[in-house]
Amino acid sequence: MTTTAPATTTGARAGRAPALLDVEGLTVRFRLRDAVVHAVTDLRLTVHPGELLAVVGESGCGKSVLAHALLGLLPGNATVTGQARLHPPAGNPVDLLGCGERRLAREVRGRALGLVPQSPATALTPVRTGRRLLVETLRAYGHPRRDADPAADRLAVEVGLDPADLDRYPHELSGGMAQRLVTALALAPDPPLLLADEPTTGLDRPLVDHTLDLLRRRCDTGAAVLLITHDLAAARRVADTIAVMYASRIVEHRPAGALFDAPVHPYSAGLLDALPDRAFRPVPGHPPMLTDLPPGCAFAPRCERATDTCRTAPAPALPGPGRAACHHPLGAPA
Amino acid sequence: MTSALVAHQITVHYDRQRVLDRVDLRIAAGETVGLRGPSGSGKSTLARVLALLHAPDGGHVALDGQRLAGVRHRLPAAVRTRVAILFQSPRAATDPRLTLAELIAEPLRATGTPREAARARARELADLVGLTPDLLARRPHAVSDGQLQRACLARALVHRPGYLLCDEATAMLDASTQAHLAAVVTDYQRQHGAGVLLVSHDAALLTRWATRVVELPAGGRPTG
Repeated sequence: MTTTAPATTTGARAGRAPALLDVEGLTVRFRLRDAVVHAVTDLRLTVHPGELLAVVGESGCGKSVLAHALLGLLPGNATVTGQARLHPPAGNPVDLLGCGERRLAREVRGRALGLVPQSPATALTPVRTGRRLLVETLRAYGHPRRDADPAADRLAVEVGLDPADLDRYPHELSGGMAQRLVTALALAPDPPLLLADEPTTGLDRPLVDHTLDLLRRRCDTGAAVLLITHDLAAARRVADTIAVMYASRIVEHRPAGALFDAPVHPYSAGLLDALPDRAFRPVPGHPPMLTDLPPGCAFAPRCERATDTCRTAPAPALPGPGRAACHHPLGAPA
Repeated sequence: MTSALVAHQITVHYDRQRVLDRVDLRIAAGETVGLRGPSGSGKSTLARVLALLHAPDGGHVALDGQRLAGVRHRLPAAVRTRVAILFQSPRAATDPRLTLAELIAEPLRATGTPREAARARARELADLVGLTPDLLARRPHAVSDGQLQRACLARALVHRPGYLLCDEATAMLDASTQAHLAAVVTDYQRQHGAGVLLVSHDAALLTRWATRVVELPAGGRPTG
């Protein structure tokens, strides 16, 4: 693993508020019986207060593993290396990868770093009603008992759930209702940074927009959101910056408008071309297995710009207008 | 005789609630009809009625001019295999115990195709939808949603249906997989003159893919 000195700062930091989340060289491997899964490789990113960062990519590219690594929720066969620092506005900075389970559980999860999990059906306690779960969560994060009930109703309305539906058990909820309930649960402690892993699964368009706008409003009031999604239209609607992930690496990380107008990495360009309001043309070939990544650039086998140079790994992408992780980027970045 | 899958004056109630009220919809061979409407307007119910999975409370479905009565499994194989449906969530639609190869071949085996012939046809379809041979030996838990939906599409096409109904079938897929599955369906349609129904919320997708779009208003009747 070649990690550059973690002390280097991104140029944008000077003069702005310090980054809320600063990830440097994050690498996650899963050991299987006969293979190693390269789930996340040498990943760097920063999230500033007020920023909505969308991580987009095909299913199985490592997006969700990123969220679980930051929260210390990976299974025992995972090895995590690199740095991930959280600087909550109130309280001390936390070294997410090194601070240990005890501190993560007491100070970080939910409170400082919220998670909207991908699969609500498996995230809800089946023997509690939505209201009980929500009130329990509010109480656990210091909400006074007296107004926990109205606060639960308010949260339900905020995520687009009828407060009457809070009195149902998880199995009585549709997939979309369960999704809104887990979103409300994640919002209850009002975390400065929210990791939202496909938070619009199972919702229809108006509710998708409602949820996205809700995340956007959080950022407009100073919180930050890391949105993990396969849906480029969703990312375009609300994200400030977009990180495109391919085969465990971030290949391009730029402001949303710039990415949509002029993608630099051939994979980003291919993904955008697949949109129905663009060429509606799939990226040729298939993504590689994370257990069997080609040496060098993992996109090279599918890339029409690939040359012999691509057999060596390109330098990782830098946030901002900087470089994409590509030997032959499209156009010349400004 | 006309080659079309037609819904005639379909009415469906769930308990007291009426979701479809005398709805007509016609999918002619070779055309791609987009169906959109707000949540709860009965889009999926209409797709299920057309797929002969749900018997309507009023009205009937006609296939190539022949009026059909009853649900799918009571109809002769030659009739029911003319209509295939692809659902939004491949995980909820597949048996977790079967390998992808078995999933694709199962409908053929169920209608009496010999094992070897069914296997060969499954491999051919897997290739068509872009599943590599090493994936075919896996079970659903060991593949991604996109790969599983490819297998579901292969399974839907295994009997060479005249009509394919896609109920939000690409909503949870990334843009590239969506575009690829759309290309597979369009190629199939061109070769076999099949009619396609696309249920979707995605206006851009329908504009691009459908030859005409029908709007289903909440609890009402379609226009367009």
